[in-house]
Amino acid sequence: MEILNYAFMQRALIAALLIGITAPAVGIYLVQRRQAIMGDGIGHVALTGVALGFLTGANPVWTAVLVSSLGAIVMELIRWYGKTRGDLALAMLFYGGMAGGVLLINLSPTGSNANLTTYLFGSITTVSEQDVTAISLLAGFVVLVTLGLRRQLFAVCQDEEFARVTGLPVRLLNLLLAVTAAVTVTVAMRVVGLLLVSALMVIPVAAAQQATRGFAMTLALAIGIGVTVTLSGTVFSYYQDVPPGATIVLLAIGVFAVITALAAPLARKRARRGTEAESSCTLESNTVPGGRSAGDDVRV
Amino acid sequence: MKEPVISLSGGTASLGSRPVLRGVDLTVHRGEVVALLGANGSGKSTAVRAVVGQVPLTGGTLELFGTPHRRFRQWARIGYVPQRTTAASGVPATVREVVSAGRLARNRLAPPRRADREAVRRALELVGLADRAQDSVNALSGGQHQRVLIARALAGEPELLIMDEPMAGVDLDSQRILADTLRGQVAQGATVLLVLHELGPLEPLIDRAVVLREGCVVHDGPPPEAVGQHALPGHDHVHPHGPHDAEPIRTGLLT
Repeated sequence: MEILNYAFMQRALIAALLIGITAPAVGIYLVQRRQAIMGDGIGHVALTGVALGFLTGANPVWTAVLVSSLGAIVMELIRWYGKTRGDLALAMLFYGGMAGGVLLINLSPTGSNANLTTYLFGSITTVSEQDVTAISLLAGFVVLVTLGLRRQLFAVCQDEEFARVTGLPVRLLNLLLAVTAAVTVTVAMRVVGLLLVSALMVIPVAAAQQATRGFAMTLALAIGIGVTVTLSGTVFSYYQDVPPGATIVLLAIGVFAVITALAAPLARKRARRGTEAESSCTLESNTVPGGRSAGDDVRV
Repeated sequence: MKEPVISLSGGTASLGSRPVLRGVDLTVHRGEVVALLGANGSGKSTAVRAVVGQVPLTGGTLELFGTPHRRFRQWARIGYVPQRTTAASGVPATVREVVSAGRLARNRLAPPRRADREAVRRALELVGLADRAQDSVNALSGGQHQRVLIARALAGEPELLIMDEPMAGVDLDSQRILADTLRGQVAQGATVLLVLHELGPLEPLIDRAVVLREGCVVHDGPPPEAVGQHALPGHDHVHPHGPHDAEPIRTGLLT
């Protein structure tokens, strides 16, 4: 394993491992709430944060955490209060984040669009020692929230109204989840890139849920898939000299396709069993009060 | 008369600009089983959602267990069964996982203890789904799904059960199990407020019926006599060849 002799590859693999764990761990809640696209929005907003880092000379990871967390909180507030015009407000936030990033980076003395490209699409060679420290701390926070509060977050994402009636602090949990998603985006941006972060939040979950029956199982399998594709994608991109983000995402889609192909016969079998159960219930359903079938109008 | 558990007086609420509740008085005393009846759009679902704080009241007063609802925090005393939606959740979840969510009313942010797991197991047994605990809720029938939602509410061991259309789209087997479960809860002293489209198999359990029409209470008293024999207990079954069956069954009361 000569690949491990290079310090930059060690750093890249540590970052990849942490991304493989955190992205699906947050993504499962977004998918459950049908907000799979939220990661994309945060990615756009994070770009302004990255540019702000270049402009002020701070580490772009930390400025991105700050700005994208603010963006995620605004998105969550829009979800509460936005009602019908919420989608337009969200779109505006996405465009503003992207445009702000491009504008600010060109104002900074050291930055250029070339810098942005490494954040947009990821680059393993640029993960610094400082970045690894920041990414490890942030990933620790994400794991603490997503696994430590999984029962509460599951309840909130599965049935928000019910969760509110149980007396859970639903608003607080929603805000915490939004900030956690923003943190995850910044954890992943160095390797996968801001434009492809969301894919890693969504695809492992989408793949896992085709083969599982429960939430905990889906979470575990999604993290397994996430770690597998981020590590193997990073190694592959080293040998073939291709961008890691694109490699990782295409690998994840490949895993999704394989699981779909394998799970389809299983799903068909389940569906058949379901249909059989239903057909045996048809007779019974005639006896349900108010139940009517085509036979009702036939006089015997 | 025992102390009121729910006390709503002059409750008004709107959905958008449309007034849905126009001064509703609804009182439920400890140990009572009250059915909230009415046609679609009469405001009965909005009324219970206002009671559990999910629809803001624009007027009137609401007290839960003697506490003004703004200051009420003891949500573990209430078991809420929302109207079942057919949309499956995005990520699969097992029956036990969903039912366990109901226990959060008790243990909040703390990790589950043995007593919590026991309560979930008991709730699953009460609705006859103990053997399906590991199955995905997406694999269940409508009636079984409804039983899961009721088990979720029971997992918190509530004193007051609030159910929104628990019998809608439920097969006969599940209806019987639901009625038995409810009977057991009532025997143990639970208070129940349930929204129903028709009295149906729960009729023997119901102490009092409140009928809403266009956001106003038009009846509050013993369960009203239904028009036609189909609404009577014992007439749960359909006679496909009966001449009186030529038109859809209506309870008269509600339409």
